Amino acid sequence: MTMKASTRQIDGVTIVDLSGRITLGEGSVVLRDTIRDVVGHGTKKILLNLGDVTYIDSSGIGELVSAFTSVRNQGGELKLLNLTKKVHDLLQITKLYTVFDIKDDEAVAINSFAK
Amino acid sequence: MNATRVSYTLDSTLESVNKAEEMAQNFGVKAGFDEEEVQRIAMAVREAAVNAVLHGNAYDPKKRVTVVFETSAQALTISVRDEGQGLDALDIPDPLAPENLLKQSGRGIFLIRAFMDEVRFRNMEPGTEVTLIKHVRGADSDGKEASQ
Repeated sequence: MTMKASTRQIDGVTIVDLSGRITLGEGSVVLRDTIRDVVGHGTKKILLNLGDVTYIDSSGIGELVSAFTSVRNQGGELKLLNLTKKVHDLLQITKLYTVFDIKDDEAVAINSFAK
Repeated sequence: MNATRVSYTLDSTLESVNKAEEMAQNFGVKAGFDEEEVQRIAMAVREAAVNAVLHGNAYDPKKRVTVVFETSAQALTISVRDEGQGLDALDIPDPLAPENLLKQSGRGIFLIRAFMDEVRFRNMEPGTEVTLIKHVRGADSDGKEASQ
C-alpha cells in the first residue's frame, strides 16, 4: 500500500492525515513534499495524524525527524497524533518518543499549540 | 521442522527491498514466530536489504543482492549480501546519542540489532554480508523442542 497524504485546517492548525507506509522511496517523498508544501504556505502549526500509517522504516523515521527539524527551524511546531502500537514502539526504541510531542486526541492536540 | 535453505538473487532496486521484506515475512510465519516477531524480522531484513541496495550496491544495475533464508528447529537465519565497497559496521555512530538523535539517517543497523537475536557482519570480496539470526523460542541448543 502506497502512502497518501491529505491536509485540513482546524483553528489555525494544519492537520496532515497520512495513510499507508512511510518507507524509503515513494512514502518518504510524499511526506517530504507535503511538509514542504505546507511550510511553504506559511503554516507554523502542523499536526501529523499517523493513525492510518501501517508501517514506518528507518527512512520514514528519518523523514519524520527531518519534518520536525525543518518546521522548528522555521519557527513552527510539528506534533504527532494517533500513533499505532508499531509506530509507538519504533519511536520508543529510537528514543524519539522523547523528542516529539505526541498526542492521542485531536481536539487536545489542536488546543496544545501556542496561541 | 525440516531444515531448509533457499537463496534468492535480486536486482539493486527498491522493488527488491520490498521483495526481501515480503519473503522474510513468509519465512517468519513458516518458522512459527508470532505476528510481532514476524514484523520485527521483516523490518530487520528490509533494513539490511536497503543497506545492500542503497549503500552497498548504490543502485548499480550490474550488482546483485543475494538473500539466503535458512530455517531449522533452532532458528531462522537470513543473510543479505551486496557487491559493494564494504562496510565497517563498528564505524556507525550511535543513533541514540544526544548529538545524533535528530539526524535524518543512521538508524538501519541499530534497528536490525534491536530486532534480531544475533547479527554478524562479514567483509567479502566484494561486498558485505550481514547475517541475521532469530532463535525459535522453546528450542534447546540441540534443536529439539523443549518440553512444556
